[in-house]
Amino acid sequence: MSATTKTRTAAEGRTASKPAQASAATRLLGDRRLPVLVTVGLFLAMYIAGISRYQNYGFGEPQVFLNLFIDNGYLLVAAVGATLVIMSGGIDLSVGSVIGFTTMFTAWLVEEQGLPLLLVIPLALGVGAFGGFLMGYVIHNFEIQPFIVTLAGLFLFRGLCLVISKESISISNSTVSSMAQTRVSLGLGELSIGALVALVVVAAAFYILHYTRFGRRVYAIGGNEQSALLMGLPLGGTKIAVYTVSGFCSALAGLLFILFIQSGDPLHGIGMELDAIAAVVIGGTLLTGGSGYVLGTLFGVLVLGLIKTIISFEGTLSSWWTKIATGVLLGAFILIQRAMTARKQT
Amino acid sequence: MAEPRPVLEMTGIVKEFPGVRALSGVDFRLFPGEIHALMGENGAGKSTLIKVLTGVHPLDGGTVTLDGKAVRIGSPLEAQHAGVSTVYQEVNLCPNLSVAENIFIGREPTRAGRIQWKQVRTQAAEMVDRLGLDIDVTAPLSAYPLAVQQLIAIVRSVGHGDSDGEGSGTKVLVLDEPTSSLDRDEVLELFRLMRQLRDEGVAILFVSHFLDQIYEICDRMTVLRNGTLVGEHMVADLDQVQLIELMIGKALDQLEGLHEHQLRSDVGETLVKAEGLGRTGGIAPFDLEIKKGEVLGLAGLLGSGRTELARLLFGADQPDSGKVTIAGKQVSMSAPNDAIGAGVAFCSENRKTEGLVLDLTVRENIILALQASRGWTRPIPASQRDELVAKYIKALDIRPANPEARVGQLSGGNQQKVLLARWLITQPKLLILDEPTRGIDVGAKAEIQKLVVSLSEDGMSVLYIAAELEEVLRLSHTIGVLRDRKLVAQLTNGPEITTSKILETIASGEHQ
Ligand SMILES: Nc1ncnc2c1ncn2[C@@H]1O[C@H](COP(=O)(O)OP(=O)(O)OP(=O)(O)O)[C@@H](O)[C@H]1O
Ligand SMILES: [Mg+2]
Repeated sequence: MSATTKTRTAAEGRTASKPAQASAATRLLGDRRLPVLVTVGLFLAMYIAGISRYQNYGFGEPQVFLNLFIDNGYLLVAAVGATLVIMSGGIDLSVGSVIGFTTMFTAWLVEEQGLPLLLVIPLALGVGAFGGFLMGYVIHNFEIQPFIVTLAGLFLFRGLCLVISKESISISNSTVSSMAQTRVSLGLGELSIGALVALVVVAAAFYILHYTRFGRRVYAIGGNEQSALLMGLPLGGTKIAVYTVSGFCSALAGLLFILFIQSGDPLHGIGMELDAIAAVVIGGTLLTGGSGYVLGTLFGVLVLGLIKTIISFEGTLSSWWTKIATGVLLGAFILIQRAMTARKQT
Repeated sequence: MAEPRPVLEMTGIVKEFPGVRALSGVDFRLFPGEIHALMGENGAGKSTLIKVLTGVHPLDGGTVTLDGKAVRIGSPLEAQHAGVSTVYQEVNLCPNLSVAENIFIGREPTRAGRIQWKQVRTQAAEMVDRLGLDIDVTAPLSAYPLAVQQLIAIVRSVGHGDSDGEGSGTKVLVLDEPTSSLDRDEVLELFRLMRQLRDEGVAILFVSHFLDQIYEICDRMTVLRNGTLVGEHMVADLDQVQLIELMIGKALDQLEGLHEHQLRSDVGETLVKAEGLGRTGGIAPFDLEIKKGEVLGLAGLLGSGRTELARLLFGADQPDSGKVTIAGKQVSMSAPNDAIGAGVAFCSENRKTEGLVLDLTVRENIILALQASRGWTRPIPASQRDELVAKYIKALDIRPANPEARVGQLSGGNQQKVLLARWLITQPKLLILDEPTRGIDVGAKAEIQKLVVSLSEDGMSVLYIAAELEEVLRLSHTIGVLRDRKLVAQLTNGPEITTSKILETIASGEHQ
């Protein structure tokens, strides 16, 4: 008797251990893609509202949409780096300073030292990546809060800007200006080089996060660092790499910013780390790490860009409304995240 | 006969934490093709020895030899490369990743650097299947209860090195209390797997506080006490009584007595009454009555809804239907606070994520619930607080007996005792204990069971959940049997109720 009983109950007992069929609403709330879907929905709603309100002013033109990428390419690249860092459970406050430093460093080398662009570009990227590497190294090896270390990075790079020069340096290099003006036609409209680079970075980040071991380690570490360590994942290497990538992305964002603005200035990029973090959060990445998508960040940047566009179409509103709208959105998205994590804990 | 060469040899191992000497000069050896039990009370140093071996903690003294070569293992990753695969005491997986990923992360099959997701999923499904688990490997880990997570951790460690050709394959498998939340059937599956690996020549280090399991599966054992080596014996040469004496360092008599213990027969009037209480996806509507001073045990297999039932009675999940009356008053049960207010306390099975604040001290953790019930504006007077804390540290034998120690630094079993103390101290009318003896050593387990009995004698009602049927049977006046998320029967305990009778009820799923 008891033998048959056991096998029978065993099989049934295990089937019963499948996750319970929760109601549709709770299932949706538990879905990690929910915040991204909300962001996409928000973007579409704003876009459609814009079209219906500013129809006569040409809001519906495809080029208006494409301009979102052209105007925000640098922010997108910086936000991709920030996504990686936040996903791993950290934070990078040095983004804006590295962007500012890159513009200064590049302008100075090109204009005042007369170095060829082909040499300056890899040099600038290398310096940004190395800065990120150093911060990652300190964070991991001395077990110091990323917040503190990257705050130091923020001051350090901003200071280095001023060491190079206190004045802004405008760039008259002909290659730079022709690159800045190049437009690639897509039939319906056109994109700048900066926008294309940003899209390539998003695609690369997507691939890395979803199809490489490194990318999955980033998720694992953000999910539970102690567990990741005990599972035998190389914690230090991964964390240092994450900050290195973020430094690289910031430097690349700095280069794109130069294409956009064609000067180096010690005050460029102030506060841009906060825009990047806002885009990441609005894009649905949890600030506690371990959950999020780089495509969400893409939409986060697009939403921020669209706010700016709408305000410029409105004409009468001051640009400070951009900040107010961003603040409201951030608040709303953090509440969504809170609801999600609260549900998970019960 | 000359003994074969051990695959792992640790000599003179010393490990000190600030203020505690966790290991002092421990020797340990492990032979290929054997299952070796590491025994000792809570806090004896078992997990520490394992963590030192696998590079989680640096060594303060001693040497480690693997396959005859001296090694220095600096991290869990290096341990895996050296062929030592480990399941640590608490489940250490990533809740945000899918089951398949948790099994494979760090060694996903790749082609040109690209993870082959299809392969990951199918292989993970096969591996899970081999352990007799029927689960969806693409669901996130957090969707499954603790026991299933424990099995997944085992699947991960066992699967290590068998497919990818990286590293040298598993030579040593370390399992630190892998069975603490498993049911009998899962344990049997695990044992089948362990025997198979042993026969393939893998050396297995096994830690468990269930002595029966040790005698069933192990060949040899090493006993630790207070961080020192007591001895190494063949399991066949030592009976359970001798083993316990070695572990606790004195003859035992307190363990006796519990078996003949008489349950209090005259339970009082109804305290808690649930009518049609239920929650979709959690547990089907049920009626339940708990009398004053009654111990109601819940029996059922993994995933049968034991914890879900308890959570409804505590307001941790909101019911979709039904009502609860406590001491004659209807309670809304929309949040734990309602239940706490009505005198219900809930000691969760998941001490790591739902219970303890690992960074706070033992004292702070113990008084947390009492303080919360008084409100934060009325602090408990220091002298009264210290007295209470000292009393429960003593009653539950929490080691080290230092109220200032950080809970995160306690051994697993001692953490469990702290959690228990927290709820006992609030003197609830109904105490819900979900797997209260998980990871607790034999001596302390008997103490806790005695405590439950005396609480019930003093008029406290207890809802008692344990995977071990014997435990439920020994303590309960009434046994609620669950199956497939339904309360199928309530049996009044008596001489005719046996574990096989309960198993039968679970299997047939009918009132008898
Ligand atoms: N990180 C730490 N910091 C300080 N002390 C620690 C730390 N980890 C363990 N200890 C101490 O080391 C001793 C041994 O603990 P260990 O976890 O090895 O016990 P154990 O034998 O595994 O017990 P259990 O059966 O309860 O799991 C305990 O006194 C514990 O308090
Ligand atoms: Mg332990």
